[in-house]
Amino acid sequence: MGDTAASPPDPLLHPKRRRRPLRGLMQRSEAIRAYILMSPTLVVMTLGIVIPFAILITISLWTAQGFGFDTSLTLNNYAQANEQPIYNALLFRSLKMSGLATVATVLLSYPMAYYVAFHVKRNKMMWIVLMTLPFWTSYLLRVFAWKVVLGYEGVINSGLLATGLIDKPLEFLLYSQSAVVITLAHAWAAFAILPLYVSLEKIDRSLLEAATDLGDGPVMRFLRVTLPLSLPGVISASLLIFIPTTGDYITPALLGGPDGTMIGNLIQLQFGPVNNWPMGATLSIILMLWIAGLALVFLFLTQLAKKKLT
Amino acid sequence: MSKTSYINRPNRPLQIYAVLFLIFLYVPVLFLPLFSFNDSIYVRFPLEGFTWRWYIELWHREPVWNSLMNSVKVGAATSVIATALGIFAAKAITRYRMPGRGPIVGFVMLPLVVPGIIFGVALLVLLSRLGVPLSLYTVAIGHMIVCLPFAIATLIPRFEGFNKSIEEASADLGENGWWTFWRVTFPIVWPGVLASLLLTFTISFDEFIMAFFLSGTEPTLPMYIWGQLRFPQQFPSVLALSSLIIFVSFFIVLIGQYLNRDVQETLVKKDT
Repeated sequence: MGDTAASPPDPLLHPKRRRRPLRGLMQRSEAIRAYILMSPTLVVMTLGIVIPFAILITISLWTAQGFGFDTSLTLNNYAQANEQPIYNALLFRSLKMSGLATVATVLLSYPMAYYVAFHVKRNKMMWIVLMTLPFWTSYLLRVFAWKVVLGYEGVINSGLLATGLIDKPLEFLLYSQSAVVITLAHAWAAFAILPLYVSLEKIDRSLLEAATDLGDGPVMRFLRVTLPLSLPGVISASLLIFIPTTGDYITPALLGGPDGTMIGNLIQLQFGPVNNWPMGATLSIILMLWIAGLALVFLFLTQLAKKKLT
Repeated sequence: MSKTSYINRPNRPLQIYAVLFLIFLYVPVLFLPLFSFNDSIYVRFPLEGFTWRWYIELWHREPVWNSLMNSVKVGAATSVIATALGIFAAKAITRYRMPGRGPIVGFVMLPLVVPGIIFGVALLVLLSRLGVPLSLYTVAIGHMIVCLPFAIATLIPRFEGFNKSIEEASADLGENGWWTFWRVTFPIVWPGVLASLLLTFTISFDEFIMAFFLSGTEPTLPMYIWGQLRFPQQFPSVLALSSLIIFVSFFIVLIGQYLNRDVQETLVKKDT
């Protein structure tokens, strides 16, 4: 190295030698420029996500005392949440109900996404917009619409009464777990359809031809080619519905009644009427841990299934 | 076409299923406008007759107008700031080689999947520890976190869609970075910016759970509706208000989708 530096500068080599560190600087500055552009978003997200979560974890280790907090750190809230049967019951009920809603939504949306991906030739865009449009309207109002449909004097009951099919209103429609599951499945359908559609649309059609040429019928072709290839869409659709619905508040509050209460309602109670913020924070974190754990198990299982299938 | 026809053979049952699916998707929501014109305080069949009564009553209600103004203020502030941040973020994500891009994008998209109630209570705890009183500003902060991922997701395809060499040509012709952005980049991504503004406004306008935890004494429109749902005698006017909101939301979102249509067309395979 020392020798080349000492030798007289070669006019042809010189610019080359200079350009290399310059390019390195360019690349580095490109990264710096990217970070500068990204920084406002990252600051907002840090202030809005990371710091609140850190404080949520801290407060979950405190204890409520009258209107204030005992700020000595303990795991008492977690122990209490684990001992109280009502907390666990509500948590598992929430996981069960959103699990049901997820399965129902993915199963019902799959044929719809399949139809648009494989059978719609013209105006595909119109179908996609039609499928996703309700998703953009107020979630509260879509849930309210189901209250109108399922209510004691609602659309279904009064319609059946008017036609004389029943003598008195069906009571099981509103304020039940099934009402919540139906509403969740309906309200989150668009979240399932888009990833399913994208994964189906991506499938190379010549693979299907190859399967047919090699003697597979429509059913085997679907099971051996289409379904495995659309699995990524199924996975993301499931997670996109399951994770947000477990913490849902509006639907169980409006349609659940006592039977359909979920963990989200319990968390709200702790921050509202019960006024035990540390317990509310604890429940939120337990919910997050469960969701993250289940999502990881689910991803692991689907990876295994994928390996088996291919 | 004929080569793939035995795979894409028309499938009648599937077609019927698809139409039924769409009907099922829309019918519950359409009951709201239907009953909002019903001349009865009870929301039930048989329909009693046509009336504008509930809409006229709504017009004369002071709290409705106040909460509408609150929602518009929050929505306008949220959509402008979220879209502005979204432009920078989308440019950084698509235009530059950024180390750690994957985790950063994942982090920014987190609000799409985490239950809203958790963000709501986490922000509530932070704000109360800081001693910040709850107001429309705190609602707007909450909405910003919900809206930013949508703004970025709307804008990224815009930036991916146009050729980088146009920007380079502008730089070669002597424009600096600032003017290249305003005279070249911005006009090209403008439809995406408009779409992002409209979509984030709609999301903020319709958002309930953040507002539920973070609003002070001034309610947003969804908060006002939530309050009214406790009183069955208010149902018809809530129906009228809901119908108006749904109609306006559909309209705004359709405009947004239309503006962004050429980008969305990437969702549709060209060779089918």
